[in-house]
Amino acid sequence: MSVKRDSIAVGVAVGAAGAAFGAVSVSDHFSILQTCLLSLVLFSGASQFALVGIIGNGGSPLGAIATGAFLGTRNGLYGIRMAALLNNRGWRKILAAQITIDESTGMAIAQSDEPSAKTAFWYTGFGVYFFWNLFTLLGALGAKSLGNAAAWGLDVASPAIFVAVLMPRLAARSARLAALCAAVWALSLTHFLPVGTPILTTVVIAVIAGWR
Amino acid sequence: MSTNWIVVIATSLAAFSLKYLGHLIPASYIEKPRVERITQFIPIVLLSGLIAMQTFTDKTKLMVDHRAAGIAIAFAGVIAKLPFPAVIIGAMATSAICYRYRI
Repeated sequence: MSVKRDSIAVGVAVGAAGAAFGAVSVSDHFSILQTCLLSLVLFSGASQFALVGIIGNGGSPLGAIATGAFLGTRNGLYGIRMAALLNNRGWRKILAAQITIDESTGMAIAQSDEPSAKTAFWYTGFGVYFFWNLFTLLGALGAKSLGNAAAWGLDVASPAIFVAVLMPRLAARSARLAALCAAVWALSLTHFLPVGTPILTTVVIAVIAGWR
Repeated sequence: MSTNWIVVIATSLAAFSLKYLGHLIPASYIEKPRVERITQFIPIVLLSGLIAMQTFTDKTKLMVDHRAAGIAIAFAGVIAKLPFPAVIIGAMATSAICYRYRI
């Protein structure tokens, strides 16, 4: 029982951040329909925030698409682990793939036995999906009446969420060094490359850091 | 079709393909230490780069403004182990106050 309850609690807590996405996306000049489709179909918080942030700052469409896709690679890696656990076929595999994200994978691997892991995956995945989409719509509708995004702190909603997602991944010294290099590298190229492209070049740092 | 629509559709297709691909390919394809290490570093460098860009740039200009104060509070909140919503709301409130009073 508590696996289901915990999973739904994660769904509500994470889903509520969808309100920030809805508001940020609309203030970055995406329509309410586009904003809701991003949450329904793309359904990957970091990719969604990166995409609207780059386009909203006047960045290149290719830079936005590529950054969104690169940020989605980790969901693919989660999928490899989850496929072994779930053993799905056909349409259930498609549903499982769509809800393979940080939270559903994290909750699944935190369980001690296989049935609980499966329950945690489905409940967390669908919990986040439902609430993320509900709050995206509310945030998008709300932002229409807000006006200036900076006056409400909306311009830091996205990087603040990235800080909360990134920090737990920085336990190793090599990870902290790579993160620092990437930030300095991206900023130092800002003046010389089209908006939205410096961020892509940080992938080179990931290759160098992981090569060894 | 507008640029926004192209970006929305293309990124959605790419993201789902990556998720689905993960559920299709055997684990042995990826279980190489170098591939694993590189793929672990990818979200780290992208997220870190995005934080820097979204905090200190406007178009192609570098700047330090109200957003830096908000992000400093976000870091402090995570270090202080505050719950996720408190970190985000704290950062947004700090940034909004600094913006309002031109700090």
